[in-house]
Amino acid sequence: MAVCIMVIVKENYPFYVRSIPVENELKFHSVVHTSLDLVDEKISAMGKALVDQRGLCPGLLYPTEDYKVYGYVTNSKVKFVTLVDSSNTAHRDNEICSMFWKLHNSYTDVTCNPFPNPGDRIRPRVFDNMVTSLMTQVC
Amino acid sequence: MADTVLFEFLHTEMVAELWAPDPDPGPGGQKTSLTVLESMGFRVGQTLGERLPQETLGFREELDVLRFLCKDLWVAVFHKQMDSLRTNHQGTYVLQDNSFRLLIPMASGLQYVEEAPKFLAFTCGLLCGTLHTLGFQSLVTAFVTALPACECWRWCLHAH
Repeated sequence: MAVCIMVIVKENYPFYVRSIPVENELKFHSVVHTSLDLVDEKISAMGKALVDQRGLCPGLLYPTEDYKVYGYVTNSKVKFVTLVDSSNTAHRDNEICSMFWKLHNSYTDVTCNPFPNPGDRIRPRVFDNMVTSLMTQVC
Repeated sequence: MADTVLFEFLHTEMVAELWAPDPDPGPGGQKTSLTVLESMGFRVGQTLGERLPQETLGFREELDVLRFLCKDLWVAVFHKQMDSLRTNHQGTYVLQDNSFRLLIPMASGLQYVEEAPKFLAFTCGLLCGTLHTLGFQSLVTAFVTALPACECWRWCLHAH
């Protein structure tokens, strides 16, 4: 089960954080922060030939003893980082990538909303519900 | 196809509405209307910059982004590609459209050239907004020499 999903904008601050359980949020902040370098490294190392059909999905960034960290970058330099429980059986890259594509679609819908100003924290409930369903679905 | 003209009608009404309250607002009032149009275009450009490139591959460099603007963005908004793209490879790009959709219904030639800039403000904002989302701070200006051709110049200030 995904324990944390974080959306980081191109200025490198977290735009949206969701974690289960909520108490571990600070710990996840530091893990995600350290993984940002890895995202940049993987993207620059990827080169033209390896770029995925939709979006840049470097996939597994690094495994820690409790969690595995996965990353995804959009064309507008927004990064999605997910922490998944290591105790589950290994997830195929396809599943993780399709999860990220759904996140990307929802995030695009949120940015197209004319009411909140760009740069405000994400508040629409649709995004929240979608993230909840994704977190429970990835098993 | 009716849907190609829907945006043109809406745009014409937008410009007319912003100019209507004071037909001769003087330089100060005109500037406000132009700013409003540009900021509307900017916001639309920001969201288009998120949504349109979703299906495309990652952009490796500035030229890729400009090609995306000339092909995908222009086709999505104006249903045709940009006619030419020139660059000095130092951050300045000139995009030329020889039959800009928003100017075609007006005239052909030099008539109404002074009125044309207000019909370009939204598009300048659109380009600026899309570039901003894709990571480039830029300044976009547009020139009309003879309707319906128009040129957009874009200076890249810095990538962020």
